[in-house]
Amino acid sequence: MTDFPFLLAMIAVPAVGAAVVAALPRGRELLAKQVTLGITLVVFLLAVLATIAFDAGGDRFQLTTSVSWIPDFGVDFALGVDGIALVMLLLVGVLVPVVVVASWRDTPPGNRSMTTFCAWLLLLEAMMVGVFAATDVFLFYVFFEAMLVPMYFLIGSFGGPRRQYAAVKFFLYSLVGGLIMLAAVIGLYVVSSSELGEGTFAFDALRQIEIDPGVQKLLFLGFFIAFAIKAPLVPFHTWLPDSGAEAPIGGSVLLVGVLDKVGTFGFIRYCLPLFPDASRDLAPLVLVLAVAGILYAALLAMGQSDMKRLVSYTSIAHFGFIALGIFAFTTEAATGAVLYMVNHGIATGLLFLVVGMLIARGGSRQIGDYGGMATQAPLLAGVFLVAGLASLALPGTNSFVSEFLVLIGSFPTVPVYAILATVGIILAALYVLLMYQRTMHGPARGVLLTDDGTAAPGGSTATAGSTTTGGATASGGGPATGGSTATLTAPAPGRLRVRDLGRRELAVAAPMVALIIALGFYPQPLIDLIEPAVAATMEDVGADPGGVEPATTEGTD
Amino acid sequence: MDTVPAEGLIAASWLLIALPLAGAAVLLLGGRRTDRWGHLLGTATVAAAFVLGLSCTLALDGRQVDVDLFTFVATGSLDVQAGLLFDPLSAVFVLLITGVGALIHVYSIGYMAHDPRRRRFFAYLNLFVAAMLLLVLGDNFVALYVGWEGVGLASYLLIAFWHERPSAATAAKKAFIMNRVGDVGLALAIFLMFAQLGTVSYEGVFGSIEAVAGGTVTAIGLLLLLGACGKSGQFPLQAWLPDAMEGPTPVSALIHAATMVTAGVYLIARSAPIYDQTPTARAVVLAVGAITLMIGAIVGCAQDDIKKVLAYSTVSQIGYMFLAVGLGPAGYVAGLAHLLTHGFFKAGLFLGAGSVMHAMNDSVDMRRFGGLASRMKTTFVTFGLGYLALIGFPFLSGFYTKDAIIEAAFDRGDGWGYVLGGLAILAAGLTAFYMTRLMLMTFFGRPRWEDGVHPHESPTVMTAPMIVLSVGSVLAGFLLVVVFPLEEWLSPVFGEPEGAEHVVAPILVSILVTLVMLLGAAAAWLVVGRREVPVVAPARVSPVVRAARRALYADTVNESLFMRPGQWLTRALVFVDNRGVDGAVNGLAATLGGSSSRLGRTQTGFVRSYALGMLGGAVIVAGALLAVTAG
Repeated sequence: MTDFPFLLAMIAVPAVGAAVVAALPRGRELLAKQVTLGITLVVFLLAVLATIAFDAGGDRFQLTTSVSWIPDFGVDFALGVDGIALVMLLLVGVLVPVVVVASWRDTPPGNRSMTTFCAWLLLLEAMMVGVFAATDVFLFYVFFEAMLVPMYFLIGSFGGPRRQYAAVKFFLYSLVGGLIMLAAVIGLYVVSSSELGEGTFAFDALRQIEIDPGVQKLLFLGFFIAFAIKAPLVPFHTWLPDSGAEAPIGGSVLLVGVLDKVGTFGFIRYCLPLFPDASRDLAPLVLVLAVAGILYAALLAMGQSDMKRLVSYTSIAHFGFIALGIFAFTTEAATGAVLYMVNHGIATGLLFLVVGMLIARGGSRQIGDYGGMATQAPLLAGVFLVAGLASLALPGTNSFVSEFLVLIGSFPTVPVYAILATVGIILAALYVLLMYQRTMHGPARGVLLTDDGTAAPGGSTATAGSTTTGGATASGGGPATGGSTATLTAPAPGRLRVRDLGRRELAVAAPMVALIIALGFYPQPLIDLIEPAVAATMEDVGADPGGVEPATTEGTD
Repeated sequence: MDTVPAEGLIAASWLLIALPLAGAAVLLLGGRRTDRWGHLLGTATVAAAFVLGLSCTLALDGRQVDVDLFTFVATGSLDVQAGLLFDPLSAVFVLLITGVGALIHVYSIGYMAHDPRRRRFFAYLNLFVAAMLLLVLGDNFVALYVGWEGVGLASYLLIAFWHERPSAATAAKKAFIMNRVGDVGLALAIFLMFAQLGTVSYEGVFGSIEAVAGGTVTAIGLLLLLGACGKSGQFPLQAWLPDAMEGPTPVSALIHAATMVTAGVYLIARSAPIYDQTPTARAVVLAVGAITLMIGAIVGCAQDDIKKVLAYSTVSQIGYMFLAVGLGPAGYVAGLAHLLTHGFFKAGLFLGAGSVMHAMNDSVDMRRFGGLASRMKTTFVTFGLGYLALIGFPFLSGFYTKDAIIEAAFDRGDGWGYVLGGLAILAAGLTAFYMTRLMLMTFFGRPRWEDGVHPHESPTVMTAPMIVLSVGSVLAGFLLVVVFPLEEWLSPVFGEPEGAEHVVAPILVSILVTLVMLLGAAAAWLVVGRREVPVVAPARVSPVVRAARRALYADTVNESLFMRPGQWLTRALVFVDNRGVDGAVNGLAATLGGSSSRLGRTQTGFVRSYALGMLGGAVIVAGALLAVTAG
């Protein structure tokens, strides 16, 4: 069983599937969606089987497959997973089918077809698996860049009114990062050839070589900047709110839930083991960016009037927590950071999905266009609340465990940053509860009101209003002020006309809610998968893999 | 702290938490199918938990029993076990939570009978009970933290239960946010314990806290106190508690009077081994208690909303408890005894207030009450007994437990002891004033009812719990101090009681407190009992009354110090992010990529630029490598 090439299959199945779906005749959208769902479920199954085949206490990289690819440059098509990559593959396996079901009723803009959407989605899944499973640095780079293409089309062809602007911005940012990384990848190859006599891109070989500290810093920065753009740290972040807001909901989920994690995954997989000295030397820089991001992005999230932009900003704050956990150099914090990557994908994924369900009803992304939904749509409100509580890392939800580990693990080594980050949990409560209160609580109001002729039942007018993102956000978005309060005090005419969650929507939300709660109370199985890989990484970077030594040693048990 | 592994009944004490949790899950997931019997199930789970808790307590025999469940989080050197500690201290809390909780569940069957969302109300109440039990039963600080934020969630859900009302929604959010400020303190305290000692379990921390440097222990103590202040509505985080009265009245009784808001007292009492090492932090606990008990008492005198008066009374009474636990070993038991008796009489008073509101079409304005004594005899009698217990009428509950705190304050023996004792006595007078004012405005005098109000006694399902609690209000103090001394029961936790010498003779304290109490009650009679109560609050009042009506400007301070600057900062940052950070990059993007529409339309263009980019990258690499090798 362990000889089965799980990873290769997890790339090949969706890649071939993408070609098959793309070749389907234009009228067969339903069939395309069904085939897509089937394929993504197969990938999920493969991910589960791979996890079963994986031995947490075994070799660092398992389920390996290696084929020589470009022998002249020592490039191999080499795949393999450690615990860190494996949990990311599980996340991919879970999220993509959920996204397919969530996008089932989407109507793409213009004359585009859902068949194309499905094809791009499957191709994206193949690329995402590849980027996490690659153990050859060049192969990683190829997937890292190739991943852009399906995402570019998902945003640019299937997104909101300003999709083209967002897609190009996303592409340019990623391209700049990718090019800098390419330079560093080639640089790494050159260094390896001078150190080993023969150039290589194999991660395990590269990990062993001692690189001159000056060169290390340059190479580190090359990788780091690419990753810091991908999992945006302040100040590289401004592309994400646009992309997150304009992408179709399914695209937003995968963009923020998985794609951006490639950045934080890169920190822990490539930056730390390959450039340990540079990582240690430049850690203060990263920590400053991380903590600045936690506070800055949280404050910005509070000021947003567009729900999807708001969720995007919360993610930037969360990426700050992940970066803090990785660059605190303790097993506890780094394990927490990896767990955070998974949990954030689930929690923020659900938050995007439920925001999408809200938008499907009101046709607007503006918070001010909704109000009082909880009365008529208690299930929708309940799922929204669970997603929100997971976002603010309430104990009992999965995110608590990871945030707690990041903070408690970073406190002993970098206390000042940990304290500042801890203050961020107040801001998290504020941005989640402000949005929840304005959309779900209070008297019925907003675009879903009917009767009395005051209603603007969804659709074009409201959507047009949401296109003025930049300036409108600044002027109308202060917390508890601006448009929303004015509407609150206005007499409430008419009634809401809201459908609560349907069966398909419940099928989307239920597994996510179940995961949020299950991993909130029993996270240890995932931790057991992650920890050995993290401990090995800590060893690479010269930290004690056994974890934090208590400062007061006398009398402890 | 010597714990023994669990066997027998106590090994099943996890069921205490599991029962109400399962109740909440069934009611929330079961949907409308459970509407018909949901309230009964909700009540049954808590009642069953009470029976189990009582059985466990009887089987306890002064031991401290550790119940191991499973590994919650273990990585690196951090090892957090999901485990429970059933000891005399957690046992009294279990009995209070499940006992008073069960009564309030019964009451809610009647109180919420006509609410279409009654099932969800019981689900949230069950959730609260489960979280609160985890809070007091956890055997480590992380379990406590999980319960701590769990009760915060339940509190949020229940304050916002009538979420159509903007005021309820806002109050719920305010409660959650202010609690989170406190939670940051609690979280940081836990991080500090882990960094210092490598453990977060009670046994590990308390066993080795003596080895930690004094300044660090003080920091831990102060951070824990911040958490306690948030949860218990103590200065400077007291402003959320009165607003929390937006929730249905049974919620106010259970969560915002009898149990959750006393969690801060539990935290400090549980952390006694930490506070024993840090006189500084303990002095700050004292100060917080003293300040809050005065704030609550003063503000309570000027409120016209019956629930707000009771809420400020709660703030003030918890101030007494903080004062007591801040006194150290001399005060732990006194503080906890007052916590228990307060749980009885304040829960009873809130249930009575709910009964009155039921009769007055949900009005809370005492200026429109009056003359209800004859219309609602059961409510009047039970509420009256609670009132007497609260103001410390001789031989009722409050008399025993409040006097014990005041005595303990005097027993410090220094000047501060007299100051604190004096303040506590003064606040006892104020307590008598605002509670007598409440009694007179509600039950006596000429009716000032609004049109269409026809007062009637509440149904038995509501009055029965009120009767039980009023019996508790009368007897609890006597039972806990004289018959089954709490001091002895808790001695495994806080040590054997010392036969301390009293600085001021207890009988003298009792007489003094009783006199001041009578004085306060008489003053109230002079103000509202002797003459007609105006239905509109007089506008021409002294600055003191005006300040008290506005809760001593707590909201004004919070708004001008935090909320408005925060809003301004947020708006400024949004502007900067859109114009500054993003603007710079957009300019770059425009020059690089040309207009977006052109790029989007022509795919060949983008492939070419991509190839061009790769070429450019290769050139950069070559240059960089040359530079490196040359250098």
